[in-house]
Amino acid sequence: MLLFRCGRDIAPVLLCDWSSFSPVSAPWVHISRVMSQQEQVVHRARSAFRSGKTRSLDFRKLQLKNLLRFLTERSTEIAEALKKDLGKSELATELFEVLGSEGEVLLALEQLDTWAAPRPVEKTLLTFRDQVYVQPQPLGLVLIIGAWNYPWAVTLQPLVGAIAAGNAAVIKPSEVSSHSAKAMEELLPLYLDQELYPVVCGGVSETQDLLRLRWDHIFYTGSSSVGRLVMEAAAAHLTPVTLELGGKSPCYVHHDCNLRVAARRITWGKFVNCGQTCIAPDYVLCDPSIQNQLLQEIQRCIREFYTEDPQSFQDYGRIINQRHFQRIRAMMEADTVAVGGDCDQEDCYISPTVLQDVSPDSKLMQEEIFGPVLPIVPVPGLDQAIQFINDREKPLVLYVFTEDQKVLQRMLAETSSGALVSNDCLVHFTVSELPFGGVGHSGTGSYKGRHTFERLSHLRSVLLKSLSLEAVNSMRYPPHSQSKLRWARLLLLTLTLRRLRAVTAATMVLGLAAFIIQRFLVRSS
Amino acid sequence: MVYLAVCSTMSPGGSVERQAATRARQAFLSGRTRPLEFRLQQLHALLKMITERETDICTALKQDLNRSQFDTALLELTGLENEVRLSIEKLSVWAAPRSVERSVLTLRDQVYVRPQPLGLVLIIGAWNYPWALTLGPLVGAIAAGNAAVVKPSELSECSSLLLRALLPRYLDKELYPVVCGGVSETQDLLRLRWDHIFYTGSSSVGQLVMEAAAAHLTPVTLELGGKSPCYVHHDCNLRVAARRITWGKFVNCGQTCIAPDYVLCDPSIQNQLIDCIRLTMQEFYGADPKSSPDYGRIISQRHFQRIMSLMEGYTPVIGGQSDAAQRYIAPTVLRDVPPQSRLMKEEIFGPVLPLVAVSDVDDAIRFINEREKPLALYIFCTDPTLTEKMLEQTSSGGVLVNDVLMHYSLSSLPFGGVGHSGMGQYHGRQSFEQLSHMRSYLVRSLTMESVNLSRYPPQDRRRARRARLAMRAPLVDLSRRTFVWAVSATVAAVVLAVALLVILLIAAGLNCTCWYWRGIYNYFW
Repeated sequence: MLLFRCGRDIAPVLLCDWSSFSPVSAPWVHISRVMSQQEQVVHRARSAFRSGKTRSLDFRKLQLKNLLRFLTERSTEIAEALKKDLGKSELATELFEVLGSEGEVLLALEQLDTWAAPRPVEKTLLTFRDQVYVQPQPLGLVLIIGAWNYPWAVTLQPLVGAIAAGNAAVIKPSEVSSHSAKAMEELLPLYLDQELYPVVCGGVSETQDLLRLRWDHIFYTGSSSVGRLVMEAAAAHLTPVTLELGGKSPCYVHHDCNLRVAARRITWGKFVNCGQTCIAPDYVLCDPSIQNQLLQEIQRCIREFYTEDPQSFQDYGRIINQRHFQRIRAMMEADTVAVGGDCDQEDCYISPTVLQDVSPDSKLMQEEIFGPVLPIVPVPGLDQAIQFINDREKPLVLYVFTEDQKVLQRMLAETSSGALVSNDCLVHFTVSELPFGGVGHSGTGSYKGRHTFERLSHLRSVLLKSLSLEAVNSMRYPPHSQSKLRWARLLLLTLTLRRLRAVTAATMVLGLAAFIIQRFLVRSS
Repeated sequence: MVYLAVCSTMSPGGSVERQAATRARQAFLSGRTRPLEFRLQQLHALLKMITERETDICTALKQDLNRSQFDTALLELTGLENEVRLSIEKLSVWAAPRSVERSVLTLRDQVYVRPQPLGLVLIIGAWNYPWALTLGPLVGAIAAGNAAVVKPSELSECSSLLLRALLPRYLDKELYPVVCGGVSETQDLLRLRWDHIFYTGSSSVGQLVMEAAAAHLTPVTLELGGKSPCYVHHDCNLRVAARRITWGKFVNCGQTCIAPDYVLCDPSIQNQLIDCIRLTMQEFYGADPKSSPDYGRIISQRHFQRIMSLMEGYTPVIGGQSDAAQRYIAPTVLRDVPPQSRLMKEEIFGPVLPLVAVSDVDDAIRFINEREKPLALYIFCTDPTLTEKMLEQTSSGGVLVNDVLMHYSLSSLPFGGVGHSGMGQYHGRQSFEQLSHMRSYLVRSLTMESVNLSRYPPQDRRRARRARLAMRAPLVDLSRRTFVWAVSATVAAVVLAVALLVILLIAAGLNCTCWYWRGIYNYFW
């Protein structure tokens, strides 16, 4: 029996007979006496990747088309699962989960040839005759750990990038949104290659087991505290990670703006999916003078969007589970409820709630709310708002509502966040060209569209030379001398292609000018 | 020497590191690095330091590694100078906002990505190229507007102390402090919170760095090493190949992270290759490399012992002499090294070149893929199909055909590893992007609220359809395809309209076509 262990100790490898290995076996493939089911799945995915079938772009496109077919054919099953998990209405599911993923697949299908093509880079005089380019290459086996708030979008969108980049991927949907996870485990293998893109379900211990294995990239969406554990586990194998975490995204409302419209957009962004959106505005910062007006406008919008009784209204969601329900309710206790505040534990229902005059030290302001509770924190002015934002961890997104360009410019320059959106909420997630991701405690690495492809590819530098022109190289070979160094300096520093190009252009212009003068001006005189 | 005296007065405690980091963070928070003029001024100062202090730097390296002054200029300083010059020239382009393609939904908005400083960067350098590997990343950090604490390696003592003495004289003292020290100081530094850690060194320490970074969710760039293979195909000009390999392997006494670690070749050409290498060595370092001014020394006794123990049990075909007192190991070539030997398990990082026999290209590919992904892969081959095959079926940080090391000299090629050879890339524009946060911006106005109706609850079929149409219609983006589509549609429409007009005119009884044809008839005949 072979015992094959990876990691820092390679000693056991010496015990086994090398000739018995198939070319597939690599040092990181675990073959232990009893392989758990998980390990088997991962091993199969790794072997499938090593077979090289993902290398062809046609194969990747076929898989992407299958994924697209899955999204259109199974939209009912997806919507049903989400109805059970989060009480999402069918139309909301389509709008927030399916449409975005479909857009990503379509974009990848259309652009894959361009993305995967070699990218020539600028040459120097010494590499003038060579081929120099950057070639995107698959990384290998990617682990995608999804979150429960948008169980389909945050697992399938990274998967689109993984497929496009030619990787194998193990998908681990969140166990909290159990119905969606189950649907994914049952349905996805019917459409995609079963070996390359397996779905593994399970809770904390299964995730820990998965994290102990070796991956070529880990793509995690979730909370900062778990993100830390993921990165620690990844460090053991030097695996690069993409962490899409959350944080308290501030929403600054300046007093000059149209509060009616601002309130509508904020209300929508906050209470969609029952507040369980990583980029939802977490709290509102505004001048004390406009607080009451803003509050009234938000109240009006809540009534307009979710009627007088949101609990019986089909477009209003539920909290995912009892634990989160308790957590959110405990946070609300200390502060003044201005709007809403109704709870129904049986139903995991919390009505759209707005709290006013929340102090910065309140419990609500210490951790991410992730629920339909919107605290309004009064700040006396722009300077204090900037200070307030900079005193805290860098958020995933910063929302600024203002008509004043100067206010906006100061916010742009003096704060930091994953993204900045002015005068609207959430919409930047729908723009595939904008890299989506956090900074600092709100995450590492960004994705969407082309960025997902690049994140899950290795951009390999390639330089192809010929064996001729050896004489040029003698300047770098020992024995060294001052004259050789002078040549090297000349070729590496002084005579750069940029300069040569400029000199050539100048010469050509001068030549042309001389020609024109001689041909037309001199003759005429 | 002055800088040695400085060292002895250095306090041993961890407070020095903490103070330096705190001061640097405060200086960053003051916003001093935000204007590009400041960064440019610092880059100019750095350039001044490199050019003014070239002799001092060469002397320090002579003491550390017995490296020839010409090699220092060639391998470290010209590259650095190039990087600084490129950054100075291109900074305004790099730091400018990059607008992205818009969709119909964001037609009236400003959508762009703008690089933003990350904050405080920790740069941990390596001892083999103490200047290029600390100042290279520093160029990127300065250009990106970060503060940076530079921690040179304690093994290259003279260079580190010189750096500590020189850098504050040229650059901002608070923003870019140099901290010297050994393992415990580095551990202290790693416990602090950073916004990015840039580490160059070994894989095992890289793991510790990443683990420490995980505690604060700090992104890392790891430039590690690994065994970079060099495959020599039998069809190539062995004389030239041997020259290039010999240079790449024995420069800096083999202590180069991208040096070819071992050579894979057909047994039939082994003898010839060895003869060529022997000839080249004679040419480069003379009959006695020990007395050659161009041949370096091993950095420390520990590394000397390590390399000597790796060589135990082999009969060198070339070299093999050593002198512990001087830490001298002659350029050594070993033949027929078995693939399972210890020499083939860890990075050699010394002037010892093992030749491993492989039967053909496929065997070589298998050999490479059975091991960790290397930092660089060198292929000497004149057959384009075989080269292509090898490029396609292997993975490595970078790949260079028919030469060694030269890809490092190109600022336009991203430099970095994959898998155990590292994560993240730098050089030129890449350094700037690696140490910047690419913040997404979506700036819109508060007008046109009616367009948003389709996304607000209460959802109904009609609204959902409108949203779907807006997101999925083929005209939603501003890509070239859309442009071509629009232009051809317009042309077709104009043609149809003209045709319709003509038909209408005929129907109205005006025999216009007759005039037209008669006109042509008269003209030609």
